[in-house]
Amino acid sequence: MSYLIGERMTGGYGGADILKDCTISVDRGEIAVVVGPNGAGKSTAMRAMLGLLKPREGKVLLEGEDITKLSPQQRVHRGMAFVPQTHNVFVTLTVEENLEMGAYLRRDDISGTMEKVFELFPVLKDRRRQAAGELSGGQRQQVAVGRALMTLPSVLMLDEPTAGVSPIVMDELFERILEVKRTGIAVLMVEQNARQALNIADHGFVLVTGENRFTDTGEALLANAEVRRSFLGG
Amino acid sequence: MEYTTDLLNALVLLSNYVLVPSLSYGSQLALGAVGVTLIFGILRFANFYHGEMMAFGTMCTIFITWWFQSMGFTAGFFPTALLALPLAILITMLLALATERSVFRFYRLRKSRPVIFVIASVGVMFMLNGIIRMIIGPDEILFRDGQKFLIKAGAFKKMTGLSEGLALKQTQVLTVILAVLAVLLLFWFLQRTRTGKAMRAFSDNEDLALLSGINPERIVMVTWVITATLATLAGVLYGLDKSFKPMVYFHLLLPIFAAAIVGGIGQPVGAIIGGYIVAFSEVTATYAFKKFLKYLLPSDMAPDGLIQFLGTDYKFAVSFLILVLVLLVRPTGILRGRVL
Repeated sequence: MSYLIGERMTGGYGGADILKDCTISVDRGEIAVVVGPNGAGKSTAMRAMLGLLKPREGKVLLEGEDITKLSPQQRVHRGMAFVPQTHNVFVTLTVEENLEMGAYLRRDDISGTMEKVFELFPVLKDRRRQAAGELSGGQRQQVAVGRALMTLPSVLMLDEPTAGVSPIVMDELFERILEVKRTGIAVLMVEQNARQALNIADHGFVLVTGENRFTDTGEALLANAEVRRSFLGG
Repeated sequence: MEYTTDLLNALVLLSNYVLVPSLSYGSQLALGAVGVTLIFGILRFANFYHGEMMAFGTMCTIFITWWFQSMGFTAGFFPTALLALPLAILITMLLALATERSVFRFYRLRKSRPVIFVIASVGVMFMLNGIIRMIIGPDEILFRDGQKFLIKAGAFKKMTGLSEGLALKQTQVLTVILAVLAVLLLFWFLQRTRTGKAMRAFSDNEDLALLSGINPERIVMVTWVITATLATLAGVLYGLDKSFKPMVYFHLLLPIFAAAIVGGIGQPVGAIIGGYIVAFSEVTATYAFKKFLKYLLPSDMAPDGLIQFLGTDYKFAVSFLILVLVLLVRPTGILRGRVL
């Protein structure tokens, strides 16, 4: 059984169901990527797993325990960290303060974790006293991921981390996410750049209109002719 | 030589009637405006009962001052109200937390729109307005004791040999000193402490603050506690400097809002700048420059009229004017705050 599972989730934001019997799972030390066309419910699935949305049916399991009834804050307490797609940094706070706020729940010494984040994203160390709102898009994403890592999470959830950044920055960011995975964290990621994302993924979930269409290893999905034709542009 | 004396006289005159009064009035407005801006930054609504909070805090201070005085317990050189202040602040904190619990929390949990909060705060304003006048009455109350002047006009004249005197009231100096201390303490808190940083984070991005595990209840509580402290301090300093009258405190809401908006709503530094801008404009616009110009101009060019832009009865028009101009020209305010 996987570390984090969103099992047979059905539901939406009040109106029609966006998710239909959708299952997504990820294990520690592994990257799982959710891809699919626009409006497939990728972000909705992730939001449901974090508790920002209550699915009508289905459940969410963390380490085998049912956490469906917990609020997002309680799930953050349990070690789930989330990087939203937009508005994911405190723009008026400095880089260092952003990281401190990420560790708000911790009462122990956070300097070690901060050093690790600076090792992962060296550019942030030079900018530590600068307001996060003054940074470039790619650097902001690094702050956002860094902030999430400050809680020492067991699961890191990223909603389109490469939206709006250049291809070079995207490669760099994926490289860093691979490093994060190697520390034993479960990484769950929603991505528009499906090909590149599946390249680094251990598992991929292709969603179409809120349903699981294909579920396989990243490699197998990239090799699958139908997936390539329909979702990866040939 | 004569011209130098005239120039000095003119400067002393201006300091006595414009510079010193607007500096202390500006500090009082700044303290009020910082409270309004903090509430806006965290709870995202314009708090209309801020003036009443100031009046309530001052009322408590007056009662405690009277109680102390009746026991023969005074501060000697300083106003006794300073001794009463801590206790009054505590009571005002309780009032702020009680309104938060009984009124605003309900709308917060329902995630009501900001305009609902504003109307609720107007309701609290009217209620408190009535309660305060029922308890202490609508009349003007002077509660200052201790040494009134640090420098008397007559002594200043004798000392300098000028024909104009500069009077410096103790309350004016106290106002500036206490305001500076309070603001420094506030900024230290916001910039350096864990809770202060969390408040800024919450004000910046509420959703992300929640995802970071910041407890909104605690942030809101701390914000009300700080606001109550600042409001009581502002109200007591204003009352010591002038006098306490419930209706006047209700009217103070306008210049305070003007100050918060001029500076950029949600920006504490802006609120302080705004406080001084509004105070200086108000005092300058209602000051009669006749005597001042008489010192500076040759005698045949001396003005006949008062050279007063507005009668003091119309001083609130200045705040209105500033408010309208800012909203038309730069709605974000000087420091790019939020738009109401």
